[in-house]
Amino acid sequence: MEIKPCVNIRQEWDIVGARQLGREKAKELGFGTVDQARIATAISELARNIYLYAGTGKVYFETIDRLDKKGLKVVAVDEGPGIRDLSQVMQDGYSTSGGLGAGLPGVKRLMDTFEINTEWGEGTEIIAVKWVR
Amino acid sequence: MRIPILKLHNYLLISIQIDLDDQSAIQFQEDLLNKIHKSGATGVVIDLTSVDIIDSFIAKVLGDVVTMSDLMGARVVLTGIQPAVAMTLIELGIHMQDVQTALDLEQGLIKLRQELEG
Repeated sequence: MEIKPCVNIRQEWDIVGARQLGREKAKELGFGTVDQARIATAISELARNIYLYAGTGKVYFETIDRLDKKGLKVVAVDEGPGIRDLSQVMQDGYSTSGGLGAGLPGVKRLMDTFEINTEWGEGTEIIAVKWVR
Repeated sequence: MRIPILKLHNYLLISIQIDLDDQSAIQFQEDLLNKIHKSGATGVVIDLTSVDIIDSFIAKVLGDVVTMSDLMGARVVLTGIQPAVAMTLIELGIHMQDVQTALDLEQGLIKLRQELEG
């Protein structure tokens, strides 16, 4: 089995580390510059959410290589407080941290698929995939 | 990491050439405002040609520094935003509407001169 490239998010600088590794993986897979920027930005938002709301967690990457298509799967996991009201955080402009509130709805628009599993008090897992066009 | 701020006549020039982490972005905000205060600069160009990612946090810091500089009496122009960065910002849902922009450093300086010197 392939070893998944993974970045532990413990300090603010790890946000940069995560998006740099993600961009590298995207480049290797043959994504164009615009998609590389989309992926790196999405990772940055996910990693920052972990840092801001959960304190620690990790972001890992999986290469999807099928006969018909290739893609990059980004998974962000933490054992933080979880999200109490999902519909609220998916609204543009909603923020509890004084940010722009662009985070999660923005990530959803930047990636091709987007899935959140969260339970209040248990943590959050976000899985997002971008396909190579 | 500190971002160098250069003074040219009444203007301050900044070229951001590092992958901005949150701390450096905040530090830059503070450094720029102090430099405006000390130098009495009336115009600022922040060149983003080498920046290949702007996420919501960095966008907020940049937007804020423009507003803060404006409060102090210095006009800021952002220049050299890459196509991929512009597309990503809009998709992310960030519209930096009150921010002046120009294609490159040269155009940015022309814009400032037109506005400030009429």
